[in-house]
Amino acid sequence: MTEKETPLTGVHELLGARMGAFAGYRMPFFYLEGSLKEHQWVRTKAGLFDVSHMGQVYIQGRGAAEYLERLTPSSFRSKAPGRATYTVLTNEEGGIVDDLIVARLDERTFYAVINAGRKIKDIDWLKYHLPEGVSVTNLDSRALIALQGPAAERALIDALGYDVTDLSYMRLVEFGDIFVSRTGYTGEDGFELSIPEEKAEEIWYQLMLHDDVKPAGLVARDTLRLEMGYPLYGHDIDDVTSPVEAGLAWIVSRGNTGFIGAGRVLRELEEGAVRQRVGVRLLGKGVAREGCALLDKQGMRVGTLTSGGFSPELKSSIGMGYVDPQAAKPGTKVFVDIRGAGVEAVVVELPFVRSRTKPPQKAA
Amino acid sequence: MTDIRYTSEHEWVKLEGDIIWVGITDYARNALGDLVYVELPSVGRKVAKGDDFAVVESVKTAAEVYSPVAGEVVEVNGTLKDDADRIKKGLPEGWIAKIRISDPSELEALMDKEAYDRYVAGLG
Repeated sequence: MTEKETPLTGVHELLGARMGAFAGYRMPFFYLEGSLKEHQWVRTKAGLFDVSHMGQVYIQGRGAAEYLERLTPSSFRSKAPGRATYTVLTNEEGGIVDDLIVARLDERTFYAVINAGRKIKDIDWLKYHLPEGVSVTNLDSRALIALQGPAAERALIDALGYDVTDLSYMRLVEFGDIFVSRTGYTGEDGFELSIPEEKAEEIWYQLMLHDDVKPAGLVARDTLRLEMGYPLYGHDIDDVTSPVEAGLAWIVSRGNTGFIGAGRVLRELEEGAVRQRVGVRLLGKGVAREGCALLDKQGMRVGTLTSGGFSPELKSSIGMGYVDPQAAKPGTKVFVDIRGAGVEAVVVELPFVRSRTKPPQKAA
Repeated sequence: MTDIRYTSEHEWVKLEGDIIWVGITDYARNALGDLVYVELPSVGRKVAKGDDFAVVESVKTAAEVYSPVAGEVVEVNGTLKDDADRIKKGLPEGWIAKIRISDPSELEALMDKEAYDRYVAGLG
């Protein structure tokens, strides 16, 4: 299968990136300095990521807010233009079709960023449930760049002249045809820029040439999000996991009881779920990976890892997975089955590393 | 004069009498990215040709290291336990294990540098 390219694929190749396939796209995994340096650079300065593989859609029309409240457990009618919301599309069984960020652009227009691997599924799902008067438009010709790290704000001002000092976390502002939102997948302060594809290269270089900015690839993106305990669709969350067991109960809006799959989700909020997503930190040597079984002292299986890897910040292996409620308490000793050896580990609270996103502005 | 051979699984093999030193090539290291952990075999372990006898863990993924020939592990590079990225240094510090070979004729199937370079070039 030929992999799809982003408007920036040529740039990554020119920069000497190690390219690989992700969700059907040919993407940069890491650049010349390697993912560990990139990770540290994002935590201390600012990393530039091409995330153009992700889907971008408009949801427009008079009933768009009500429609989104039917498809997700969040509230949208009350959201002011410029507000961005992290949420999930739920299916009839209360599982997760996809996780996404939805920003309100104006009274009748919402802009959503969806996962690359779920684009076709999501758009079918959105269109299947479409009421009269609402439309879904695939913004196929827009690139998406993330600038993440403590130096991101300064770099964005210096390189592009965008004054984002007053832009709060989870807010979006338009600079002409470029959307800038204070969002990200790294736990650092930072921005995501939606750019018409013909301008992507120019903006990329303007940002990259800033002293505090270096390009970073998907491997660093993965270790950064893992440290933050952010779920990755298709791994930590999927069609079967509910937002409650995934630890995403906070996205369920109190006023919304009429969304698809509400039965299971609201019941689990009340009674608890049969399993819980937790963080696991390895105490012994080795690297925990997706699929590893989690065992208790007696060797009984209590769960499974859905993500795992190495934390550059903690200098040890960490993972996330689902465990039975009795094993979900932070401090619980577990053993990670790595190629048949039970490596000692402990259940910990998420995130593994404290988030440094800009605090949201207090509502007046 | 050292004699270095290569496998199609991207191990390098340094011959030294009836002992071989085994490591992974630049090609493998570049594909894996930053290395964070190496699982070493125990000394004395008997291996068949093609057995995975070590695991190299990068940030991204885990990769098995296969024994180029049949034999017995006689020494492992313990310094890799605390510094997996040392493998990047290649020959000689980046060796993973030394194996006493049981059948020297198996070495004939390995590639020399020229053949290996051609093989890698063909992988695109």
